[in-house]
Amino acid sequence: MTTTTSDVPVATRGAEGDPPEVARLGSAKGGWFRRTGLSHLVGILALAFSIFPILFVVSASFNPTGTLSSSTLIPREFSLANYQDLFSGSFPRWFVNSLIIASISAAVSMLISACAAFAFSRFRFMGRRPGLIGLLLVQMFPQFLAIVALYLMFANITELWPSIGFNTAAGLIILYLGGALGVNTWLMKGFFDTIPKDLDESAKIDGATHFQVFFGIILPLVAPILAITGLLGFIGAINEFLIASVFLRQDDSKTAAVGLYGLIADPLTKNAQFGEFAAGAVVLAIPTVALFMYLQRYIVGGLTAGAVKG
Amino acid sequence: MLLVKVVGLGFLAAVALFAALPLIRTDNWWGLAIVLAVTALAFYIYLSPRPVPLKYLLPGTLFLIVFQVLPVVYTVSTAFTNFSDGHRGTKEQAITAIEGASVKQVPDSTIYTLTLATDGDAATGDIVFLLADPTTQDSFVGTADGLEDLGDGSFEAASPGGKITAADDYTVLTVPEINARQDDITAFSVPTDDGAIKSQGLSAAFEGAPQQSYDEGCDCITDATTGNVWTADDSEGSFVSKDGTQRNLAQGWKVGVGFDNFARVFTNDTIRGSFLRIVVWNFAFAIATVAITFALGLLVAIALNNPLMRGRTIYRSLIILPYAMPGIAMYLVWREMFNKDFGLINRLLHTDLNWFGSTASSMFAILLIQLWLGYNYMFLVITGALQSIPSDLVEAAGVDGAKPFYAFRTITFPLLLVALAPLLITSFAFNFNNFSAIFLTSKGGPFPPDNPSAGSTDLLITYTYRLAFGGSGADYGFAAAVSVLIFLIVAAVSIVSFRRTQALEEIN
Repeated sequence: MTTTTSDVPVATRGAEGDPPEVARLGSAKGGWFRRTGLSHLVGILALAFSIFPILFVVSASFNPTGTLSSSTLIPREFSLANYQDLFSGSFPRWFVNSLIIASISAAVSMLISACAAFAFSRFRFMGRRPGLIGLLLVQMFPQFLAIVALYLMFANITELWPSIGFNTAAGLIILYLGGALGVNTWLMKGFFDTIPKDLDESAKIDGATHFQVFFGIILPLVAPILAITGLLGFIGAINEFLIASVFLRQDDSKTAAVGLYGLIADPLTKNAQFGEFAAGAVVLAIPTVALFMYLQRYIVGGLTAGAVKG
Repeated sequence: MLLVKVVGLGFLAAVALFAALPLIRTDNWWGLAIVLAVTALAFYIYLSPRPVPLKYLLPGTLFLIVFQVLPVVYTVSTAFTNFSDGHRGTKEQAITAIEGASVKQVPDSTIYTLTLATDGDAATGDIVFLLADPTTQDSFVGTADGLEDLGDGSFEAASPGGKITAADDYTVLTVPEINARQDDITAFSVPTDDGAIKSQGLSAAFEGAPQQSYDEGCDCITDATTGNVWTADDSEGSFVSKDGTQRNLAQGWKVGVGFDNFARVFTNDTIRGSFLRIVVWNFAFAIATVAITFALGLLVAIALNNPLMRGRTIYRSLIILPYAMPGIAMYLVWREMFNKDFGLINRLLHTDLNWFGSTASSMFAILLIQLWLGYNYMFLVITGALQSIPSDLVEAAGVDGAKPFYAFRTITFPLLLVALAPLLITSFAFNFNNFSAIFLTSKGGPFPPDNPSAGSTDLLITYTYRLAFGGSGADYGFAAAVSVLIFLIVAAVSIVSFRRTQALEEIN
């Protein structure tokens, strides 16, 4: 807490020059430092803080020795040896598993929660308010502490329907879909509420069904929030570790997160394996970072619209 | 439109069929009834024109009920039982297991050639014994239900009456697979009329007589060799030594224990002491994480919200990069950067600190990692919120002569807080149970020498995880009770804060 109190005044010093109106009101008169220098200083420090662990992983992944102790912040030598090791092992399989699981579960849960948010935003029905609050409460139960229950449940499922049981991507995907209505529904409902109802009403007068209103009018308008929830779902599923580590035991069914954890789990060999691990982390980051950059224009607006509306 | 409906309902019917067939095969009529009821409900909802909201809510709700609500309900009910290693099944199963485990080889025991296999998947399927009797040249399969003949032609053997190498419907285990399931195999026995069949090494099994047997009359277990007697205690779920000289039998059964697990948290001295300490650190951790990420995010957002500044997009994209990196891998990278012997941080600072070795430095390292992973998100959200605050408010204050800092403190900051309060609360709730942040970095350490089960940076959730799955035997009942307590704490804090920010009142 002390950090907050000491940080806020510092923060406001940066604020002097920022909102356009204040700038117009006179701080544009000040020297370069007052106008933009301070902003650049804060920006550069934040950038350095953000970048240096990433720089370290990238340079470790190109480090020919491949050990933790010889990895530096700035690469001294360049070699693809770690990547060759990585791709000659089980990693390509893990990576594909991760991509399949994350993209399917993100896409389906995006659709499911968009449907639910549409219902909560556009219809008035019995149990609507309790439903919304209930959704919030269920999220607060530490989901993975129910892992014993989930484990026993999937032991039965594996016996009855092996194709959606342990060690299958399908099983993990449907399990992740359990969390599809959660915070996402709230985020989306907030966004849906900002779209004027007159739109759907005039469409209905023209004879559109609720189905056409949803798919034809609302969904295209909420593309930003769909992008956000899709991205969050994708990142979440790529990063999910605990449930995946319990459910995926066979080497060829593992996701990249579980597999990479295994690479440096043994304290005796982790120094030597670090380069390969770093290469894996870099490869795993590529899809999320690429998606992130591609969707960036939606992200700022989308997140806050949801957050502001609660 | 009609086509979508037909395809959708067709898909639904296919799923229902997929779900129903194995249930019919295993005579699971209750399961079948539930599948049919759910399918009928779904057909009704999508064919009838009236329940429009339900058409949109059904898919998500079904998944939510099956994979979140049911496990939660099960966990809550487990909290009131003694479910743990040795207390998993029914009393009958416990008796069978005790009798089976006490089987000893007797002089005229039949010796079988054994092949270890499973029914289904090698890692999770039930253990079975594929047995060949070298004297009679008969082949059997032994399951937990008993011994059955293996049909001719359904298996392959090295020689008639020799070791079985493959059998239909069963997976023969390889040596590494056997090693992975050593405990299951040792505990396994095939009940027979005269006793049970146990394994002896990897390729032989013998039929022997149990030394300990259950007597319904006295509801007790007697050991034939030593004469010790254990009486069943139905409130504890254990066989208790009658004269108090012997320890309880390790194998018990699952019974309800009421609020005992909850009482243990508050009455057991070791647990109570560490529990309070963990709760305090857990709150500090969650609040500090939200506070420092918010503070730094705000500082950077304000600095970069300067319209006169060039290159803002570049700054922005690079600063939020950590948010897009895979968090699991980055926790591990940070852990290794803090590594005492080889870590980057010690090398850069020319220190030799064991970061996760002392409480203070461990907490510092964890919070620094949290700051790195979290402030980018706050930065993003605050940037958006800043842009949505109407500019005429601040402008008007400026016209009235307010200094920029004063205008920020009295107008912008309160508006930001109102806008972001729900997000800060959810962030608190998430971090309160941030398992990865601890498990992947300090693992809860350092541990006080007198209590190796509760580390000084443990969160309730990592502490519970250790209780449930940790080295000294799994205690699910107690772990479930702690989960329920965690849930109550988080829910109470969140509801109170939501009430205070009136976020819930505004649901419209």
